[in-house]
Amino acid sequence: MVLKAFFPTCCASADSGLLVGRWVPEQNSAVVLAVVHFPFIPIQVKELLAQVQKVSQVHVAVLGTWCHRQQEPKESLGHFLEGLGAIFSHDPWLQLCRERGTRFWSCKAYHQVSTTPDKSIEDQVMLIFYDQRKVLLSWLHPPTVLPDCQAGDTTASAGGLADIFDTVARSEVLFQNNQFDEGPVRLSHWQSEGVEASILVELTKQASGPVCLLLASLLSLLSAVSACRLWKLWPLSFIRRKLSTCEQLQHRLKHLSLIFSTQKAQSPTQLMKKANMLVSVLIDVALGLLLLSWLHNNNRIGQLANALVPVADRVAEELQHLLQWLMGAPAGLKMNRALDQVLGRFFLYHIHLWISYIHLMSPFIEHILWHVGLSACLGMTVALSILSDIIALLTFHIYCFYVYGARLYCLKIYGLSSLWRLFRGKKWNVLRQRVDSCSYDLDQLFIGTLLFTILVFLLPTTALYYLVFTLLRLLVVTVQGMIHLLVDLINSLPLYSLGLRLCRPYRLAAGVKFRVLEQEAGRPLRLLMQGITVLCAFLPL
Amino acid sequence: MEDERSFLDICGGPLTLRRRYYSSYCREFGLSSARLSLRSVTAVTCTVWLVAYGLFTLFENSMILSSAIFITILGLLGYLHFVKIDQETLLIIDSLGIQMTSSYASGKESTTFIEMDKVKDVIVNEAIYMSTKPRLDCLIEVYRSCQEILARQKATSASP
Repeated sequence: MVLKAFFPTCCASADSGLLVGRWVPEQNSAVVLAVVHFPFIPIQVKELLAQVQKVSQVHVAVLGTWCHRQQEPKESLGHFLEGLGAIFSHDPWLQLCRERGTRFWSCKAYHQVSTTPDKSIEDQVMLIFYDQRKVLLSWLHPPTVLPDCQAGDTTASAGGLADIFDTVARSEVLFQNNQFDEGPVRLSHWQSEGVEASILVELTKQASGPVCLLLASLLSLLSAVSACRLWKLWPLSFIRRKLSTCEQLQHRLKHLSLIFSTQKAQSPTQLMKKANMLVSVLIDVALGLLLLSWLHNNNRIGQLANALVPVADRVAEELQHLLQWLMGAPAGLKMNRALDQVLGRFFLYHIHLWISYIHLMSPFIEHILWHVGLSACLGMTVALSILSDIIALLTFHIYCFYVYGARLYCLKIYGLSSLWRLFRGKKWNVLRQRVDSCSYDLDQLFIGTLLFTILVFLLPTTALYYLVFTLLRLLVVTVQGMIHLLVDLINSLPLYSLGLRLCRPYRLAAGVKFRVLEQEAGRPLRLLMQGITVLCAFLPL
Repeated sequence: MEDERSFLDICGGPLTLRRRYYSSYCREFGLSSARLSLRSVTAVTCTVWLVAYGLFTLFENSMILSSAIFITILGLLGYLHFVKIDQETLLIIDSLGIQMTSSYASGKESTTFIEMDKVKDVIVNEAIYMSTKPRLDCLIEVYRSCQEILARQKATSASP
């Protein structure tokens, strides 16, 4: 197999020195993590590597030498570097060299043949450049290994490139030494100019511990209160199931307890999920506060309250017109007058009751709306759920009409099917759950046929009422459904992932791609490894 | 080493296969299809605008004309960015893997990389899934080269 050498792009302009990294024998590849510069004492380099190995459990070793001829015009360095092969023995021993005057590199790998220790076989080498920072920040490595692995244990199941990324990720402790440390050994890697960190991030990390504890205890108290047995009693549990506000509040409580839980996220997917939830909660509260400020401006609540009663009146008036139309000859159909009048008057009386109820409530509406508007500070989703519940309450009479019409229609169909069976001389056997033949008496047959005829002729009337009220109910349900859709959208839109895709696309890398760099015949092949950004890989909803 | 050959696709249009041998274990094949012709773009634009002008004389609403312009521009951009594939490339590197890139007319590139451990064999499948639809002779060329590299890889991995 061709020997693959993974070389960090940040070390391409570094001074000459030793290559430090890990050798992966299964894939015949050498992962270079850093370059140790002259002058160094071999004992101290070996000590540093042993320390790193102990902490990170990555088998770091000296892999070879790196020579940047552009800066060292002396040719004697070449012999010096070859002599180092005897001090740090490693099989295979890499010699990477960047020539002066050309942009091309030369790489040689020497294998020690066991039979003749003086001779060595040269191997074909392929150079693959990788950006250490992007590999580390893109989480291409598999999740952390279980802590009960022994030292020096390689990652068992991960094969191929995942192994390489895992090596780079676990050697973080090697990247903690930078040029400002007064250590004995001078290293070059992606953080040698100084460890990347931000004060805000560090402060948030320090503060998040106690804040999370406090909030987690508060939220667990709230969850305990909401789960107590008092809520399971009949009227409260019924109301709780029907109102979408309670459901949304519970949903948000669950989200918040997940965000502020004291457990750290185990994998990048979980971290993304938490971050998405946090961003969604923050945006929700921000939108809610905007809505609150808009409502309390210019006395909008008063205007809304004043507009509510006339709107309800208008709706009732339209319903009355509709019923008058149904009681006449709707769409040219001829209805049964008596049943028509009965149903029509019944529903008209119902509407009249409803209007009186609304008028009774009208002085209190402004106060109720004002207090309900305050709840918008809990989030826009809560405000929208309350709106949906208000619509449900205001159109309660439409729901009632639908229930009456549906029940009547259902009874009628039930009766019709049973009498139809009687007509044909059959019966529904409840024990056997099937239709059986049955011999009826003459008087049963007579009454059954009469009733059947009556029901058949009353069918159009009932069917029409049922149709009209079902359509009305569907309209209300559609409006409520749209509001719920909006609420779900705010709840589950992964804004954090979308933001990452726009601002830091390498964090969402889900794969790598290779580009062949300029090549000269006789020189080793050079490839550049980059991440492929995919939006869909990190969308846990 | 680089060479180019011309082939035909299944509709009779011209295709160019470009082979590059970077080394004995790394090869790249690029298939480029014909570019977007000015004639077809002009024809589509003229049809759309004629229809829009006809509707405008019927309804006397200038929004129709502006929306026709928007639709043409957005349609062209969408076609270039999402539909029209300029070139498809296959890069095969011994002991690393196989990488397939499709580059669209707007410059967008979509890449898939498959590691060599996961590749059992390269075959010519019956249904054509590539967007530049080459004929069998072109596919056989690529197939032979890939098999050479895979055979070499199997030989070196079999010997310790």
